[in-house]
Amino acid sequence: MDAIGDVYIAGDKVESLGTNVDVGARDDVDVIDCAGRVVSPGFIDVHCHLREPGREDVETIATGARAAAAGGFSAVCAMPNTDPVTDNQAAVGFIIRQAARARASRVYPIGAISLGQRGDALAEFGEMVGAGAVAVSDDGKPVASAHLMRTALEYARTFGIPVADHCEEPTLAAGGAMNEGIVSARLGLKGVPNEAEEIMAIRDILLARRTGGHVHLCHMSTRGSVELIRWGKERGVNVTAEVCPHHISLTEDAVEGYNTNAKMNPPLRSAADAEALREAVRDGTIDVIATDHAPHHYDEKEREFADAPNGIVGLETAFAVNVTWLVAGRLIDLPTLVDKMSCSPARIFRLAGGTLRRGNVADITVFDPDAEWTVDPTRFRSKGRNTPYAGRRLTGRVHLTIVDGRVIYRLEE
Amino acid sequence: MSGLAAPPLGKDLLGLEPLTSEQIKLILDTAEPFKEISERAIKKVPTLRGATIVNLFFEASTRTRISFEFAEKRLSADTVNVASTGSSVQKGETLVDTARNLEAMRIDMVVIRHGASGAAQFLAERIESNVINAGDGTHEHPTQGLLDLLTLRDHFERIAGLKVCIVGDVLHSRVARSNIWGLKKLGALVAVCGPRSLLPNAIDELDVEVFDRIEDAIEWADALNVLRLQLERMQAGYIPSLREYNRVFGVSRERLERAPRDILILHPGPMNRGVEIDSHVADGPFSVILDQVTNGVAVRMAVLYLLSGGKPELAEAAKRGSSR
Repeated sequence: MDAIGDVYIAGDKVESLGTNVDVGARDDVDVIDCAGRVVSPGFIDVHCHLREPGREDVETIATGARAAAAGGFSAVCAMPNTDPVTDNQAAVGFIIRQAARARASRVYPIGAISLGQRGDALAEFGEMVGAGAVAVSDDGKPVASAHLMRTALEYARTFGIPVADHCEEPTLAAGGAMNEGIVSARLGLKGVPNEAEEIMAIRDILLARRTGGHVHLCHMSTRGSVELIRWGKERGVNVTAEVCPHHISLTEDAVEGYNTNAKMNPPLRSAADAEALREAVRDGTIDVIATDHAPHHYDEKEREFADAPNGIVGLETAFAVNVTWLVAGRLIDLPTLVDKMSCSPARIFRLAGGTLRRGNVADITVFDPDAEWTVDPTRFRSKGRNTPYAGRRLTGRVHLTIVDGRVIYRLEE
Repeated sequence: MSGLAAPPLGKDLLGLEPLTSEQIKLILDTAEPFKEISERAIKKVPTLRGATIVNLFFEASTRTRISFEFAEKRLSADTVNVASTGSSVQKGETLVDTARNLEAMRIDMVVIRHGASGAAQFLAERIESNVINAGDGTHEHPTQGLLDLLTLRDHFERIAGLKVCIVGDVLHSRVARSNIWGLKKLGALVAVCGPRSLLPNAIDELDVEVFDRIEDAIEWADALNVLRLQLERMQAGYIPSLREYNRVFGVSRERLERAPRDILILHPGPMNRGVEIDSHVADGPFSVILDQVTNGVAVRMAVLYLLSGGKPELAEAAKRGSSR
C-alpha cells in the first residue's frame, strides 16, 4: 500500500485513502500539504524509559512523550524500572493518567514480571493488563531464575501479552562496563562477553518453546543472538526480537577516550555484530527497532567510565539513525523501515496503529527521508542530553506527528 | 622556558600507548642525566623551582607516591599530597569538582593515581594543568613502564630484539599494559605467561606471544617482568589458591636454573614473596628489582621536566642547576 495520495482523517480515525479523496460537502477540513514527504503510520517504540515516577529530574512522562512526538513516535511503551517499580495496577494507572495529561504521544505501560523487579514473586499480570499494561518485563534487570521466566511465559499467555526480556546472564556480566574484546583489553575496562546475552536468549527461546508463551527479546546486540533467534523462528517458537539504533550503527570503538555517552547495556559490540544485526533487520529475523531511550542527568555521565550509568537517549534520533544506516545504504527500503518502527511493533504488542487503513486510529508520522540535519542535543524535548550522536550529520527528518487525528508535533523550520 | 615549538610529550602523560617510539626514547634519554642527581650528597637542583604539583592519590600507594615526591622535591617543585582518605573525596565530591578546585588554585601539574580506568584522561581533558597518570584502574601505569624500559636498557644496552615475558595477572594489570606498549614500540619481542583466567580474552589481538607454562616462558625469555598477584583475584574466583599459583606459575630458583641463559628478573612491587616470586630469585644475582626503584625517580624527574616545558637537549644543563 505504497502510493502517492491523500489521507482523510475524520475525528480520530482514518476515514479514507486515495488520490483526491472525497471529503463530501464539508468545508471545514484542515489541509496539510505533505508534498514530497512520506505519510506513514505513526512510529511505535516498544522500549523506552520515561523515569517517572522516581527520577522526574531526568525525564517525566510528559517530557518523554513530547520527545517521542518529536521523534515521530505516536506511541511508546514505558519500561517499569521506575521508583517505585510499575508492578501493580495502581502504578500502571498512574502512568496512563500522566500520559493523558501530557497530550503528546500515547504511552503504554509495561508492567514488571516480578514484584519490585526482585526476581522472586510474579507481579499481578492480570490486574496490570486490566489497568492498561501491554506487556511485562523486568528490563534493566535480568530474570536470573529460569523457573520465574518459565512461569511468567505461561502466566502471560492467559492475558495474551508478551514477556519482554532483558537477556543478561548476571554472573558473566557482573561488573562489566563495555563489550569484552580488544578495546576493553586496551582500555582496562571489564568486558561483558556476547555469551552473557546469548545464554539467556537461548534459555528464553527454549522456555518459549516449552510453554508456548510469547517471548520478546529486548535490545539484541550480538551475531550469536541473531543465529539463536533464527533457530527459534525456524522451529515455530513464539519469539520476537528487537534491536536498537545504536547497536546497528555504532561499535565498541565509540567507547575510545572513555566516552560515557557510548556506555549502555547491552554494550556496543564489534563491527561484525553490528553488521549481523543490520542483516537480521533486512532478512526479518529482527522484528522491531526500539530505542531503549534512557535519559540520565549530565552529572551522572560526567564521571569515571566504570561508575557512569548505562544508557543513552534515543527517541529523537532513532528514525534518522535508522534511515542513515539502513535505508541510505540501500540495505532495506522505506516500507521495511516503517514495518520495523510501526507495523510490527503494533502487531507484536497488539497496539492500535501501525496501519493507515480506513477506520483505524489516525496515528500518523510525516517525514522527509532525504533531509539532512545535525544532531544538537540542546534542542531535544527530552530532558536527557546523553547521546553519542551529538554533532553527527544524519539523514531523515520527522516533520509531523499526529495522534488520534490531532497534531502533537510539527517541525519548526 | 620552552619556545614556540610544541612540547615534546604534549600536555599530559596518560599512557605509553599514545606515545611514539621517539617520545619514549626521549624520556629514557632525558632520564639518564637525572640519575646522577640522586647520587649526590645534596640531591636537589632548581629546575622546577616555583612550580606547584599536586599528588592526587585516590588509591593507597607507597612507593609510587614517594618516588614521585622525591622526583618533584629533587627538582625543587612545591608539592602537596592529597590522599583519598581525609579529603573531600570521602565526602562524596566528584572527580570533576576535585579537578575544578585544583585548577582554581592555579597549580601547574597533577600526578593522579585512581582506581578507575580512564580517570587520568578524564582529569586531563578538564584542566589545563599537566596531568601525569600514576596508575589508572587496570589501564596504564606509564611511569612504571618507562622505568622498566630504562632498567632493561641499562642492563642490555638495547630494547630492540629483546625477549621480555610478563608473568602473572595481565588481565588486571596496568603495569602489564604499559609494558606491552612500551616494549613493542621500542622493538622488543613481548610474551605473557599466566593462567588463562588472568589473561584478557582478546590477548591474541594484542600481538604478543602467550605461554601457558612458565617453563616455556623461561626457556624463551631474556627477561621476566613478574607481576604482583593480588589476593583479591583468588577471592573473586579467578584462581583456586595462591599455593597452587606458586606451584604452577611461581618464578623459582629451580625453574630459572634450567634456563638456557641468565634471565633478568623485574618486579614492579610490592612483592608477594613465595607466591609469584621466590625469595631466592627476588634477592638473587639477576634481580634488578631495586634498580627499578632507583630508576623510577630518574624517569619521573624526566617526565616532570619534559612536561613542564624543559628542552631535552638542556637536561644536562638543568641538572647542573641552570634554568629549564
